[in-house]
Amino acid sequence: MIAIPVEHCLLLSVMLFCLGLLGVLVRRNIIFVLMSMEIMLNAIGLAFVSGGARWGQADGQVMFLLVITLAAAEVAIGLALVLQLYQRYRTLDIETISKMKG
Amino acid sequence: MLEFLWLVPLLPLLGFLLLVLLPLTKRAAAIVGVGSVGAAALLTLLIVVELFGLSSDAQVFRQIYWTWMQAENFTAQFAFYLDPLAAVMMAIITGVGFLIHLYSVGYMDEDPGFARFFAYMNLFIAAMLVLVLGDNLVVLYLGWEGVGLCSYLLIGFWYDSHANGYAARKAFVVTRVGDALMALGMFLLFLHLDTLDIQQLMANANDQWQTGSSLPTIAAALLLGGALGKSAQIPLQTWLPDAMAGPTPISALIHAATMVTAGVYLIARTHELFLLAPDIMFLVALIGATTLFISGFTALVQTDIKRILAFSTISQLGYMFLALGVGAWSAAIFHLMTHAFFKALLFLAAGAVILCVHHEQDIFKMGGLRKRLPVSFWSFMIGGLALVAVPLTSGYYSKHEILFAAAGNENSGQLLWLLGVLGAVMTGLYTFRLIFTVFFGEENTRVHESTVGLVVKLPLVVLCLLSIVGGWFVLPLDHVFPASEEQAISGITSLVTDVAPFVGIFIAYLVFHQNKALADAVVAHTPGRLLQRFWFSGWGFDWLYQKILVNPFMLFVRINKNDIVDSFYRLAAWLMRLIHRLFGLTQTGRMQWYVGSIALGVVLIVGAGIFS
Repeated sequence: MIAIPVEHCLLLSVMLFCLGLLGVLVRRNIIFVLMSMEIMLNAIGLAFVSGGARWGQADGQVMFLLVITLAAAEVAIGLALVLQLYQRYRTLDIETISKMKG
Repeated sequence: MLEFLWLVPLLPLLGFLLLVLLPLTKRAAAIVGVGSVGAAALLTLLIVVELFGLSSDAQVFRQIYWTWMQAENFTAQFAFYLDPLAAVMMAIITGVGFLIHLYSVGYMDEDPGFARFFAYMNLFIAAMLVLVLGDNLVVLYLGWEGVGLCSYLLIGFWYDSHANGYAARKAFVVTRVGDALMALGMFLLFLHLDTLDIQQLMANANDQWQTGSSLPTIAAALLLGGALGKSAQIPLQTWLPDAMAGPTPISALIHAATMVTAGVYLIARTHELFLLAPDIMFLVALIGATTLFISGFTALVQTDIKRILAFSTISQLGYMFLALGVGAWSAAIFHLMTHAFFKALLFLAAGAVILCVHHEQDIFKMGGLRKRLPVSFWSFMIGGLALVAVPLTSGYYSKHEILFAAAGNENSGQLLWLLGVLGAVMTGLYTFRLIFTVFFGEENTRVHESTVGLVVKLPLVVLCLLSIVGGWFVLPLDHVFPASEEQAISGITSLVTDVAPFVGIFIAYLVFHQNKALADAVVAHTPGRLLQRFWFSGWGFDWLYQKILVNPFMLFVRINKNDIVDSFYRLAAWLMRLIHRLFGLTQTGRMQWYVGSIALGVVLIVGAGIFS
């Protein structure tokens, strides 16, 4: 089994996280925002798993399982909210449905 | 009976509480109001009789109730101290107070604030008793402020008139000037003598202070300030004439017989301190003589019957201060007592006249009331004769004692005596101007006498008797005050003193009865008119204070409308609002901004963590 250096894994994880963050920041369609958040979560999961592999401990994978569950729950609720929003506003653009001005 | 001393101030206080807390009918209010003071007067009589029955060395009774306040080495006991001086004051307060309460039942009969009036009056009596019985200066000050409060409440009794409220506030503020000085005096005394117990204080002062040194002089001057405010002496006399806005019984009780004499009592009580400050003693005499002289002239040109009596009160208080200043302590207290009798009588008689002529107070709108109101007339006559000190009346004995003491004083006694004698002439003049104008001449008002009932007449008759025989008592004050040495009075001095009031009466007879055109002729000339206006305004004191104190203050208030001190706090509030608005700007409601700022924040914090 070829050992992948942990630095590579972490670098990939950071890049994925930044891509996800960028998506959250610039995307206007709420579906894409949700998808970008999934990418960020997976980036974090990758960092946990590679960390667990580096030190030979199961904690990292346990944490990843937790993140997956969290992501599933988040998507379920998020998509339900998106459906509601679409029914109410007939759009998924987050600029137009922003009502929480200070 | 002495152990029931505490009950004497407590009875009027209970009366006050009952009147305030219970919705009493008018009849019940009268019974509670008059009854409580009557019971106090009766008890006082028993106590005084027992006190004077003791041997003269043992005429001191002290009762300690509880420790009022304590802080480090400062202890103020709530305690009463009864000696002949306090006993005399107590007898005057409850005795004259009872008569005036009785009179008020008739006088205030139709007033809607009947119960409130008696509540205030009872509270006043209680406070005044605390003042004279106080064992230490703190208790005395409690009573001192209590009577000030009652005076304020009663001057403004008819509070729906703006002028009355103004008069009440004026009285309160002007006396407050004196009270503040007195408080400073108390602080100074405690700072240097470590006690406020009056007897201990006097003993310590005698031990530690040299006669004429600066500390007793300053302390005495500060206490004198308090006395001047309360007793309406120059320069704090301006509140008393305006205080006549209150009901007439108030003028009789508070602003003639009792409260205004509190200053005299204070000085007499602390006379040992004043003896250590001869300069202040002389100042007291000078202020008294000046006041009696100036207010005598002012009384001469007033037209309001109550204002004449008010200025006359200031003038008589001036005599008491003159007596205090020349060290004739018991003469001052003697005059205080006789003055309480005859001035209460005059005010009550004036009140009866005012009632009968439909609340008219201008003496020139009255006239010829002698036949219609015989009781008032004779009351006025007896009170007036006592006031001008005609022989055999009470005022004669007390005033002459003062004038002789002044004449015998080695410290420019002749000047003081001269001012006093001129004041006596003026007293005769203005008193009989009043009597001739109101009671003689032709009738020009409608009178209805039915309003004057027995409860009004009875106190008048009793006070008439007291005004005559009051001077025949010898007050047993020898053990309280140092004996003043007998002065050799020359025959001429004695003669002039005796004749002076008659001169005044005679001039009054000429000018205001025999030949009324004479007075008008004097006023018709420009200098005469100017002088009249000057005297009428009370020698311009009100005008002066308006110019040098009130107006600058009002100007300052106008300039400082937005309160400079507040601006600091307003700045703080403004800063907070600014920061609030800045943070408000970040609340755009755009989620992506939030996410971005969170990310930026994380980067900054982590960066700071790494690079520090």
